[in-house]
Amino acid sequence: MTRQDYELIVIGAGPAGLAAALSAKQHGLSRILVIERDKELGGILNQCIHNGFGLHYFGEELTGPEYAGRFIDQLEGSGIEIVCDTMVIHLENGDDWRIVHAMSTENGYQCLKCRAVILAMGCRERTRFAIQIPGSRPAGIFNAGTAQRYVNIEGKMIGRRVIILGSGDIGLIMARRMTLEGAKVLACVELLPYSGGLNRNIVQCLHDYDIPLYLSHTITNIEGRNRVQRVTVQQVDENRRPIPGTETYYDVDTVLLSVGLIPENELSREAGVKIDRRTSGPFVYENLETSEKGIFACGNVLHVHDLVDYVTEESQAAGKAAAAFVLDGALTDIGHVIEIKTEPTVSYTVPQAVRVNEVAKSLRIFLRVNKIWEETSHIVFRDGDNVIARFKRDYMAPGEMENVNVPRVLLDRVKGDMLYVSIEEAQR
Amino acid sequence: MKTLICIVCPRGCHLNVDEENDYKVTGHHCEKGEIYGRNELLHPVRVVTSTVKVKSNIHPRCPVKTDQSIPKENIFPAMRLLDSVLLTPPIKRGDVVVDDVAGSGACFVVTRDLDT
Repeated sequence: MTRQDYELIVIGAGPAGLAAALSAKQHGLSRILVIERDKELGGILNQCIHNGFGLHYFGEELTGPEYAGRFIDQLEGSGIEIVCDTMVIHLENGDDWRIVHAMSTENGYQCLKCRAVILAMGCRERTRFAIQIPGSRPAGIFNAGTAQRYVNIEGKMIGRRVIILGSGDIGLIMARRMTLEGAKVLACVELLPYSGGLNRNIVQCLHDYDIPLYLSHTITNIEGRNRVQRVTVQQVDENRRPIPGTETYYDVDTVLLSVGLIPENELSREAGVKIDRRTSGPFVYENLETSEKGIFACGNVLHVHDLVDYVTEESQAAGKAAAAFVLDGALTDIGHVIEIKTEPTVSYTVPQAVRVNEVAKSLRIFLRVNKIWEETSHIVFRDGDNVIARFKRDYMAPGEMENVNVPRVLLDRVKGDMLYVSIEEAQR
Repeated sequence: MKTLICIVCPRGCHLNVDEENDYKVTGHHCEKGEIYGRNELLHPVRVVTSTVKVKSNIHPRCPVKTDQSIPKENIFPAMRLLDSVLLTPPIKRGDVVVDDVAGSGACFVVTRDLDT
């Protein structure tokens, strides 16, 4: 690190950080620093060796390392400074400057000044203790993503007979991966009545290898002294309570947990960034600026995505906005601000608020529904009684993020400062 | 009539394939989905991804993939071909690791650059 005052510091060099830094550079910034805590760039993509990335963004199917590689190639020779093996331990927000406290073996403790910050720290996995599975605590219980790192990066085989709790994408991908490496995956067990993963992953990771998926089931006990020996699986009722008498037992040595991801926002909180309880990520405006001036957020630290392609697009928008903030200064006339409120049928939206004047042609809103909608339905935006916009969908599921483009002309029609979004079945 | 979920893209279209009517596909939203639906019943294929050993202190494994889809029944034979591979850096994306995987005409290629 040669400079001590940057225009922009990007925290994290996974897919979000890489795309954000490149975009900020393209939009006119020259003094950019990217800080990464791992020893190399690319983040989680390095261990996602399966294919299926890039269909939207590149129009072809890439593996995770290939997707990351395309951005890492662009970064080389771009003039963007990068430091790896460096941990950001604190973030402070001031009026003109933001201060990033970083620590590394090479440079020790440093306080780095910058005009703008992009939060791109990603997310981490929920653990066994977060979901409180009863039983003993033997070896052999892994988070699916941790297991993925052991197998794909370190080349370690972590078990022979495996059961997977949770049907998130990482769990599904690991079911296939463990099978290909010679393990026997006995079942994938999901508490909810629907899978949290993409349909295509259920087909190509479970069906292809005859791995059963048990919906509305959960693990209620783990036994084993040194290593996992047996787990108990039970069906659950509509209140997710185990039903007595439905116990089945699996002789396994390994339990993989794919039970959700949590955006890593400790730094964001320290800087005073307002966190949305629905996403566990920062509350952001239309340009991905957080509640704190000059601090932007993108990727899985903002909300957990199912497709990296959307992370890239979102991060490019954050990079562009951060560049505009540095070059043009903070917004002086904020104008009409609309908060987007979710009705009970919608889990969350990103952004959560929009400064209408800042929207050029249209505003892209990402959202998740909280149940499966198999019949044709509409995503409806209302300001009180008036329908502002309506988008038709044939099928929606919580595991598949939706996005809509609301034209500026429609936002201009919103009366008041609230826009409500809900899902409604189409009239027959 | 057979119902399938398309795996070509994350959209996951619900396809109906009519075996009695020349494998006519309905429910797809793109051309690739139509081809997938037909192939899936006639001769299903998949891209296989895995890792191979690397002579390196920093990166013990290097990720690889088949550069085209191979028949489903060849997946496990293809995996076994990787057991004996040992790469020495530097390695470049696209380097061929195994030629003509299990007689399918596909190659296993490296999917990341490794300098050390």
